[in-house]
Amino acid sequence: MTPFRYMRATDAASAVLKGGAAGARYLGGGTNLVDLMRENIETPESLVDVTGLPGGIDELPGGGLRIGAAVRNTALAEHRAVRLRYPMLARAILAGASGQIRNMATVGGNILQRTRCSYFYDEAGSRCNKRHPGEGCDAVGGFNRNHAILGASSACVAVHPSDMCVALAALDAVVHLRGNGGERRLAFTALHRLPGELPDVDTMLQPGELITAVEIPPMPFAARSTYRKVRDRSSYAFALVSVAAALDVEGGQVRDVRIALGGVAHKPWRAERAEALLRGGPLSATSFAAAAEAELASAQALSGNGFKIDLARRTLVAVLEDLSGEIA
Amino acid sequence: MSIASDAKQALQGAVQGVMAKAVALAPDSWIPGGEPDPLIRERYGHIGKPLSRIDGPLKVAGRATFAAEFPLEDMVYASLVFSTIAKGRIAAMDTSHAETAPGVVAVMDHRNAPRLAPPPVFMSAPKAANGDNLPIMQESEVNWNGEPVAVVLAETQEQADHAASLVRVTFEAAPALTSLDEAREQGTKPALFMGQPLHDERGDAEAALAAAEVKVDALYTTPRHNHNAIELHGVTVAWQGDVLRIHDASQLVAHTAWSIGQMFDMPEDKVIVTSPFVGGGFGGKCLWQHQVLAALAAKLCSRPVRLVLSREGVYRVVGGRSPTEQRVALGADREGHLKALVHTGVTVKTASNAMPEPFILPTRSAYASETLKLDVQVVELDMLANTFMRAPGESVGTFALESAMDELAEALNIDPVELRIRNEPEKDPSSGLPFSSRHIVEAWRTGAARFGWDRRDPRPGLRREGEWLVGMGCATGTYPYYRMGGGAARITLMQDGQAVVDIAAHEMGMGTATAQTQVAAERLGLPIEAVRFNYGDSTLPGVVLAGGSQQTAAIGASVGAAHRELVKQLLKLAGNDSPLAGLKPDDVISRDQGLCKADETARHESYASILSRAQQPSVSVEAEGPPPLETMHWSMHSHAAMFCEVRVNTVTGEPRVSRFLGSFDCGRILNPKTATSQFRGGIIMGLGLALMEEAQFDERKGRVMNPSLSEYHVPVHMDVPEIDVIWTDIPDPHAPMGARGIGEIGITGTAAAVANAVYNATGKRVRDLPLTLDKLL
Ligand SMILES: Cc1cc2nc3c(=O)[nH]c(=O)nc-3n(C[C@H](O)[C@H](O)[C@H](O)COP(=O)(O)OP(=O)(O)OC[C@H]3O[C@@H](n4cnc5c(N)ncnc54)[C@H](O)[C@@H]3O)c2cc1C
Repeated sequence: MTPFRYMRATDAASAVLKGGAAGARYLGGGTNLVDLMRENIETPESLVDVTGLPGGIDELPGGGLRIGAAVRNTALAEHRAVRLRYPMLARAILAGASGQIRNMATVGGNILQRTRCSYFYDEAGSRCNKRHPGEGCDAVGGFNRNHAILGASSACVAVHPSDMCVALAALDAVVHLRGNGGERRLAFTALHRLPGELPDVDTMLQPGELITAVEIPPMPFAARSTYRKVRDRSSYAFALVSVAAALDVEGGQVRDVRIALGGVAHKPWRAERAEALLRGGPLSATSFAAAAEAELASAQALSGNGFKIDLARRTLVAVLEDLSGEIA
Repeated sequence: MSIASDAKQALQGAVQGVMAKAVALAPDSWIPGGEPDPLIRERYGHIGKPLSRIDGPLKVAGRATFAAEFPLEDMVYASLVFSTIAKGRIAAMDTSHAETAPGVVAVMDHRNAPRLAPPPVFMSAPKAANGDNLPIMQESEVNWNGEPVAVVLAETQEQADHAASLVRVTFEAAPALTSLDEAREQGTKPALFMGQPLHDERGDAEAALAAAEVKVDALYTTPRHNHNAIELHGVTVAWQGDVLRIHDASQLVAHTAWSIGQMFDMPEDKVIVTSPFVGGGFGGKCLWQHQVLAALAAKLCSRPVRLVLSREGVYRVVGGRSPTEQRVALGADREGHLKALVHTGVTVKTASNAMPEPFILPTRSAYASETLKLDVQVVELDMLANTFMRAPGESVGTFALESAMDELAEALNIDPVELRIRNEPEKDPSSGLPFSSRHIVEAWRTGAARFGWDRRDPRPGLRREGEWLVGMGCATGTYPYYRMGGGAARITLMQDGQAVVDIAAHEMGMGTATAQTQVAAERLGLPIEAVRFNYGDSTLPGVVLAGGSQQTAAIGASVGAAHRELVKQLLKLAGNDSPLAGLKPDDVISRDQGLCKADETARHESYASILSRAQQPSVSVEAEGPPPLETMHWSMHSHAAMFCEVRVNTVTGEPRVSRFLGSFDCGRILNPKTATSQFRGGIIMGLGLALMEEAQFDERKGRVMNPSLSEYHVPVHMDVPEIDVIWTDIPDPHAPMGARGIGEIGITGTAAAVANAVYNATGKRVRDLPLTLDKLL
């Protein structure tokens, strides 16, 4: 680990001032950033601890929630309004990492955690375009069992590892940002990027921009929502595939629906095609299958992850069936 | 290994072969264990009590000092730089930035490392302990991807780690052989294990197979595994005058002292290796480069050095289990009697070690087949030397063999338990030796009853609960009784009735210190509190490897021998004024803090009385255990009947083990509490082997890509169901205390039981571990 300066920020304005400096990084719980610093993948000159910034979980008029970026993952998952109104979010968080890590991890840090691709992690011995643009990608011909099936590029096939973010993508969340140029809001689904030719750029954030909060709009039907994560062991493993979904049903028809997939792409994957096909259509096994089929139509397998295409389809259908069963 | 050393090994093997024949034919009474250990008769003493581990309070309070916790004055911290090519040389090394980094004391690499003799590789000499025989930081050659190429020494660990990241190494890669498939094309060679070829043939197994009424013939593969003991490999070393002090995490202190002495050209008694606590060994805590590098570094900078491998470092520096490809073919008549048993295949080692994963070992004495063909071939790759990992051979060998037995049972439409019982041999099928004690049938029957095996529907894929398919499977686990030569112990008895037992053995968390305190107390007729069991120090008597599940027997035999010596001495001291006067050592046993006549316990005199009359404050004796000839005279093996219930998700393929039972036949159980933990721990490791463990070795570079506990999966709590453990508790009349070792058997048979249960649940036969969900979709 390279030596660094440590600073604590107590309000957003001073955080942005310090965080905007060259070589500065914000520090949440440190469960990802500090790991990456130990591996010499991240080498910040200064860390601006933003865990002391104000902002808890606030009720918004109309039923939404505003969640401060420094809120710990555990606190968010345990919050009564989250459990009642957005169960998929509580479940997604609880499906991730371990109790100890969730106690440390913050909402801001979870959103900006980086991929777990083992070639990305191997600074000493492997090539990675995300670490060193242009040097090549060793994951393509190597171990890519847990890599992307949607939206990858020849430069990068890594996936975004977060569970929480899959739920936030499904819930139409909005991210509140603050930078030197002032404040702005960004749709959660527009925050993370697909790799394209710039795999080293994970998100649409400007340098030094701080996440101050995440807002979840009211979505009454999300009270019937869920998150299902498929993984190689019962706990403490990243998703091979995950599905966050909410289903709004009226008279045997799908009135509205939200679906996002995890573990499949460089960003939490909002399943817009599947949603569009389902919305206004019948509540049936055939329509679920057709929706899953459509969403994964563009999926592409690497040498080791072909099974994920089928797995994603099956999991998506099962989640929809589950939710419709719950409603019926 | 070179051709010359292969030849040497083969010669040793041949000599052993001749000797084995003679020992096999000798009368029982000439053989250690020919007379049952008198302790076997003692049924109401300390042995068999569920004593809580005596080191428990220390560990719970955090007061047990592990190797990386010894604070030495003026100590520096080490951090390693690893190679990133599998073969080639260091073309350039720029240490200038590292040297000027804050806190750095020195940077060591092949150019300035003190000179060193080649490491004695394990099995090349009785006390050889090194994982391979490659020079340690002596030259620019690179031998594997991950080999240490520099050691940075600094005032703090953080400074050392940082400076290590500043060392710039330019490698010049040479063509490397890192792929099993490529190597196989260039040809395999026969494997030698402990000097003996891994090859057996009885009759014409292939012809018998071809002619058999019913047969199965399939290929099973198992991946690479890495050691992941929770305690990282750590060492704290200091040169103190002409003595080298090594605080190690070790399962072989005496071997390590000798081997390091060889490399540094020092007498072994000038190398003091201690290891009071070890946070898990499993075969991985032997002698690897890190201890030697720490000693070299301490010499270079004339200060004590602490070197703790990072988790990645463990993957780069400490060998693991090799991958295997195994063919098992079984031919039987319609009643299920085996006519042919073929178990052959290939595994991977390096040119610099002597450890082919011996996966045919469990098959040697398994079944009464008319014909038998066993063979292991190896290829040698440019990689970190592989090594022992809990039940090397048996763990992965039983996966193949016992999966095949399940396939045969299915083909025959015979219950898999019944099929195994039908093929119980009367004597050892390979060696022809009589069994010392074999009660696997009893273990099968009690296990099956307790598990509810009769509720299993042999037709696969029929039991469904919601999204889950449920199935049951079983398999035999087995591990041999070993006792290696070289064991010795010292007993010191004080006039106040306290005793100290000294032996260079090891406590790696298994409960050895606890169980052996019980045994020693029983042997000496003393209360538990009166006995102190000292271990983990190379200056103590004995050369005792904590491996091969042999410590229980090795310590038992050594302490037994020392006790005989003690009785002799005490009888001498007791003289003619004692109720014991005139008795021979053989007539006397220890009881009630003294000696008595075995069949007339009233003729008794206390130790205190004998010693005070003789005006001796204490008496101290030392003796060596007898040579371990018993395994050449009897076929000595433990067994387990493993039962598993598994659930497989029909949507996602996720396999989850829901119930497990191990029914063991391991001789007498010395301490049911610590034994249960050993059995359970072994089974849990077996579940990892079955379901998830795999070191991802990228053959393009010969590099392990998941060197972390986040990406290398071992079971978490939720993967482990309630594990039921029962045992026969029938003493082995030819083993010390009647006990065979129990450290490794739990991992054997487990993977096959899981795979067989998965088949029963789904109708899918997975022959390729780990059994991940993609194979079940
Ligand atoms: C062994 C292990 C297993 C795990 N398993 C899972 C899993 O199964 N599922 C899962 O979803 N996650 C998993 N995680 C990841 C875990 O969720 C993340 O490490 C955690 O959420 C990161 O939060 P943090 O606050 O610690 O972030 P930090 O490590 O502090 O920061 C992460 C990044 O976010 C930036 N950042 C932090 N706060 C802000 C802010 N307010 N504004 C702008 N930038 C900010 C930092 O600069 C840094 O780049 C696992 C982690 C580990 C170590």
